[in-house]
Amino acid sequence: MCTSCEQQLETKFADDNVDVALLEPIFTEYAGKAGSLISILQKTQEIYGYLPLTALKAIADKTGHKRAKIYGIATFYSQFRLNPVGKYVILQCHGTACHVLGAEKIGSAICDELGIAPGETTEDGLFTLEDVACLGCCSLAPVIMINGETYGKLTPDNVRKILQNIGEAEKGGVVSEA
Amino acid sequence: MKLRVGFGSCGIAAGGRKVLEKLEAEINNHGKDIELILTGCIGMCFYEPIVDVIDNDNVYTYANVTPAIAEEIFNSHIVGGKPVEQYIVSTSDKPYPILAKQVRIALKNCGIINPENLDDYLVKDGYKALTKVIKEMTPEEVIEDIKVSGLRGRGGAGFPTWFKWNAANKSKGDIKYVVCNADEGDPGAFMDRSVLEGDPHALLEGMIICGYAIGASEGHIYCRAEYPLAIKRLEIAIADAKKRNLLGSNIMGTGFSFDMHIKKGAGAFVCGEETALIESLEGERGMPRLKPPFPAQSGFWGKPTNINNVETFANVPWILYNGGSAYAAYGTEKSKGTKVFALAGKIKNGGLVEVPMGMTLREVIYDIGGGILNDKDFKAVQMGGPSGGCIPKQLLDTPVDYDSITKTGAIMGSGGMIVMDEDTCMVDMARFFLDFTCKESCGKCIYCRIGTKRMLEILERITAGEGREGDIEKLQELAVSVKDGSLCGLGQTAPNPVLTTIKYFRHEYEAHIKDKKCPAKICKPLLTYSINGDKCIGCTLCAKKCPVQAITGEKKQPHGIDQALCTKCGNCAGVCRFGAVGIE
Repeated sequence: MCTSCEQQLETKFADDNVDVALLEPIFTEYAGKAGSLISILQKTQEIYGYLPLTALKAIADKTGHKRAKIYGIATFYSQFRLNPVGKYVILQCHGTACHVLGAEKIGSAICDELGIAPGETTEDGLFTLEDVACLGCCSLAPVIMINGETYGKLTPDNVRKILQNIGEAEKGGVVSEA
Repeated sequence: MKLRVGFGSCGIAAGGRKVLEKLEAEINNHGKDIELILTGCIGMCFYEPIVDVIDNDNVYTYANVTPAIAEEIFNSHIVGGKPVEQYIVSTSDKPYPILAKQVRIALKNCGIINPENLDDYLVKDGYKALTKVIKEMTPEEVIEDIKVSGLRGRGGAGFPTWFKWNAANKSKGDIKYVVCNADEGDPGAFMDRSVLEGDPHALLEGMIICGYAIGASEGHIYCRAEYPLAIKRLEIAIADAKKRNLLGSNIMGTGFSFDMHIKKGAGAFVCGEETALIESLEGERGMPRLKPPFPAQSGFWGKPTNINNVETFANVPWILYNGGSAYAAYGTEKSKGTKVFALAGKIKNGGLVEVPMGMTLREVIYDIGGGILNDKDFKAVQMGGPSGGCIPKQLLDTPVDYDSITKTGAIMGSGGMIVMDEDTCMVDMARFFLDFTCKESCGKCIYCRIGTKRMLEILERITAGEGREGDIEKLQELAVSVKDGSLCGLGQTAPNPVLTTIKYFRHEYEAHIKDKKCPAKICKPLLTYSINGDKCIGCTLCAKKCPVQAITGEKKQPHGIDQALCTKCGNCAGVCRFGAVGIE
């Protein structure tokens, strides 16, 4: 990879000082196993919540793959993130069924409520909003998933309520039933 | 008596966990010795959370159960022996019409057994097909039986399964692989998720049988990471099958060994294409390879590999146990057996259904699906996802089989059926799918990478009210080039949603381009909101909800909208209780 490309990556993506020693067990698990780059990246993301550039560089050094190849894979698949995420990751489904049943209005309500655009994280680091192609819960459309939990049959009003409840619970306030 | 709770992703999302907790608490409170079974999705997702009370041979199905209803069911039915009629939707004597019209083969155990309990599967004749196959049949006999069954790939293209197995069987190689495509990427399809979550052993058994037939010793399941529950249940199933020597080395003492691995996909639609999937399995970017060589000759790590999707494998145990001709008795001449469909969109009974091939679209949508939501007019049904097309009202009597669906311009695909009503804009749907394929194009072929982008730009222009004369023709021209100039199925089929909507709904395109109107009132830039002075009572609610203060007026006086400020968000129409806000 040319230096200027790498510089571009460095300005675009977060590279907080992370402890690469945490990667050691992953390297041990996959040592000598061909074709495990995606699995290594998935486990790395499980540790940090995203793929820090420092970690990607460490993976390149350790596995002997070119950095360009690792960046290539990390940016090809939608699961990988190169920036840190909030405590709650909201996956908003934009599948066909959700689209037909008004996913766009749900999306606007979430963006308006949190003051962020898809792909962004709120300033307090609480929420990240990501658009996804399909969560496979089409009969419950429109759907979102927050940290693995699915919420279906949404309306702009009840999605706001769900987010407000989480926000209040985080502040230690009383959580009302959605 | 036993209690069974629907615990697929849909059941959990609908509130199944709270119902389960309530039932557990009731069982503890009453000190009753009642078995509580968790099961996968029965397919009636619109009824979730579902609770079944099993009283000897009678099954009472309760729908839309809340914790309060669960308590009532427990006290009246379990303790008092009196079923709570008002919440029952189906009983063994009077099954719900949705279920009565179906033939369940791939889904036979979904929503019936506990997917995390191997014994449940064994009771339902599980692994009997495998036993028969490895103890009594030669690999060639297995392939012959699959040929007799007429089974075709359920992932989309509908390629004869026996042909692939036979090619892999004939290929020479020290190691061969069986790969399951569980990367269900079509937006609007969830058949495979239900099988994985509801009956994981059926998939494993199908793959092991395939391994025996082609001479493979290893299986890989490539499952999308968005299905965490499916992955968890597969892991449990693999561990349990190994413990009973149904998987692993020297299976049932026959000398046949087969191992199984799960690989989590990382999110790329193109990985549904078999050569791209292999690239991804090898840890690379999922970009398709040139064919030939086909995977049967040179696949995973360059070895002979057979790839089928989840539903295809799930049919295999039933076929081998009951015989290929029993399967071929269902369906049409060229499309045998059954197919699972995911009914979603503007339909009353959204969920999963498995029907014999050859049933008409009308029967599936109206007789099983219950018709259109809010009794609106049916406009089209989308089949085949981003590779498919929209089938209009006048073709509702098309039989559902590979060839008839292909004739309409759509494809069978993996089985997603998204129903659309009069309020769905077909130009917007074409834009929606192109947006998807454009983002998911891997970038290898220029026509797919740039051609879809240019098509998308035209569609975006049309839906933004800036359509020009000649746009439709340009779209058609580009569509042909993208189809011809792409290596894999993604690019070759990406223009289908555009072509079918132009074919059947050209008038909608023309309304957008010439009249600058969106007949379905979906494309915002083409809409005008106005307030009908005769209907408006001046409640001020719309003015309060307007985010840009475009609505003004005195209390109890008709309001007005300043078109220069209006952002067409639709809030006013949504909150008006008097139907005073008109959309043109």
